[in-house]
Amino acid sequence: MNRFDYTFRIMAAALVVLLAAGPFMPQWVLFLITISFGKGLVVLGLLLLLRTGLVSFGQGLYYCLGAYTAGSIGLALGINDAVLSLLSGALMAGLLAFILGFLLAGYRGIFFAMLSLAFSMILYGILVKTAMLGSTDGFNVAVPSFFGTEISGNRIRYAVYVLACLAVTLAGFLMNRYLKTPLGRLSPAIKDNELRVEYMGASVRRAIHIKYVLAATLAGLGGALTAVTVGHIDPEMAYWTTSGEFVFITILGGTGSVLAPFLGALIFESIRSFAYEYSPNTWQMVLGSALLLVILFMPAGLWSVFNMRRREV
Amino acid sequence: MMDLLTVLIDGILYSSWLFIIAVGLTLIYGVMKILNMAHGSLYALGAYAAASLVGFWLNHGYAPLGSYGMLALAAVMVGLVMGPLIERGLFRFFYGKDEILLLIVTFALFLILEDAIKLIWGVDPYFVSEPYGLLGTLELGGLNYPGYSLIMVGVSIATGIGLLWVLQYTRQGKLLLAVIHDREVSLAMGINVDRFYLITFTVGAMLAAVGGAFTAPTVSVVPGMGVEVIVLAFAVVVIGGLGSLQGAALGALIVGLVRSAAVHYLPEIELFSIYLVMALVLLLKPQGLFSSVEARKI
Repeated sequence: MNRFDYTFRIMAAALVVLLAAGPFMPQWVLFLITISFGKGLVVLGLLLLLRTGLVSFGQGLYYCLGAYTAGSIGLALGINDAVLSLLSGALMAGLLAFILGFLLAGYRGIFFAMLSLAFSMILYGILVKTAMLGSTDGFNVAVPSFFGTEISGNRIRYAVYVLACLAVTLAGFLMNRYLKTPLGRLSPAIKDNELRVEYMGASVRRAIHIKYVLAATLAGLGGALTAVTVGHIDPEMAYWTTSGEFVFITILGGTGSVLAPFLGALIFESIRSFAYEYSPNTWQMVLGSALLLVILFMPAGLWSVFNMRRREV
Repeated sequence: MMDLLTVLIDGILYSSWLFIIAVGLTLIYGVMKILNMAHGSLYALGAYAAASLVGFWLNHGYAPLGSYGMLALAAVMVGLVMGPLIERGLFRFFYGKDEILLLIVTFALFLILEDAIKLIWGVDPYFVSEPYGLLGTLELGGLNYPGYSLIMVGVSIATGIGLLWVLQYTRQGKLLLAVIHDREVSLAMGINVDRFYLITFTVGAMLAAVGGAFTAPTVSVVPGMGVEVIVLAFAVVVIGGLGSLQGAALGALIVGLVRSAAVHYLPEIELFSIYLVMALVLLLKPQGLFSSVEARKI
């Protein structure tokens, strides 16, 4: 009966703190948080898949598609409204996932992972060969406007940051609700035993299809947010290493809560920024070792730290 | 007609390379059920080791022909060092876990190895073109091909036949087949499964390094050279059916020919033609072309 549970209260509090603290943060922190939230949205989708027992090594497909959609509507139609950009990116990714979902819903395990990887590499191949969209260099995305108002100078970063915070809160809220619906609760059941789920009368295929579309929509939203934030997009976003990064963050954060992806993404981006700054040739090694340590000692991800404490109380 | 011949020859040359990079991956998966994302890093390690060894060999003024021996030696060394290190030092802690978790473990290994290579060899490119130029060129169907390409084809065919022979006609090979078929029963029958895992992974790593070592003379050896190799090898292996040797050979041929046809007739789709084929094959035959049906567990 509790509509506004623990997770929701944390989210609401975090939103207030983030929005209030925003104006006092240096530009680079705003940027770091916005970028992390973009990735966190993709990871939120992966969390849903992982709870269902599926790992996609091709979420870069929707991340990149969302970004390119946001960029293209600016390029082709002259639309640079930030909110419209995000919506179009999410919508486009969801549409493609709806089509591909018919194929992918029949696969599990490694085959699901590798087939989604193949699809993302197809998009990569297409973009690299498309001179109109800048080939390997990609192109610059126009500075966003908000509901017809142009915002200038430094305030633009804060505006995008606010948008990111709102988008993340909304996505987190909806996902949290969704996980508690009957369809959402099918996830762990499908992971445990598909046959029993079928005996119960639910269609596993359909459930996976829906979850796949949801995950892709979130990835598209994250991609569009990244495009609007960074102001530049390139095909590398669809490359398999980008998708690997998302899987990495999912494992790092854990699947215990809808907040975990964003925490994971923040930590990941921070480690990466600092490691890249101080030792450009060993930062991947740091990340890889961290991943191994998490898998070995915290199989439920960093989020399990919070759960442990709560259980003790 | 001319064109077709060129496409065929190019395709076969490319296929032989693909087979070498994919066969180790499929072998490891077949036995250990690990899809090794770090395979490309082992390939890169082989290339770097070859560059160093051949450079050392030639700098000391030994006979240039011996550089081929150095290429092979580099691959063997990489296999013997990295195989046991990775299998004993990392993978054995994860046996019995989910295949997907192991996939992620190998992804972590990939990240670590990529940087380890940069730490050892730096970020500047290496060139070892001597073995490449040594054999001159060879005219086939009106076009000149480097004689070195034949070595790659030879290595590839020898590897394939050698592995098949070991698996089907030797005692150890038959034991290995038993391990593949049922790990627990093999264990109960007194087969030392751990040892087979160690040997398989070492051989698999060595094969990846063979691919890298023999490719080194034809390219510049740079950081990140293994990144693309992984997905190519995946595509080949998945098309053929994970864990099947014959499948890897067939997958390599299909991918090789498709790519060379794409390069000649439709260069725009060259980059993704391979993944397109992979997606198509998986749609028609979800488990790949050569694959056994797995029983559904309730």
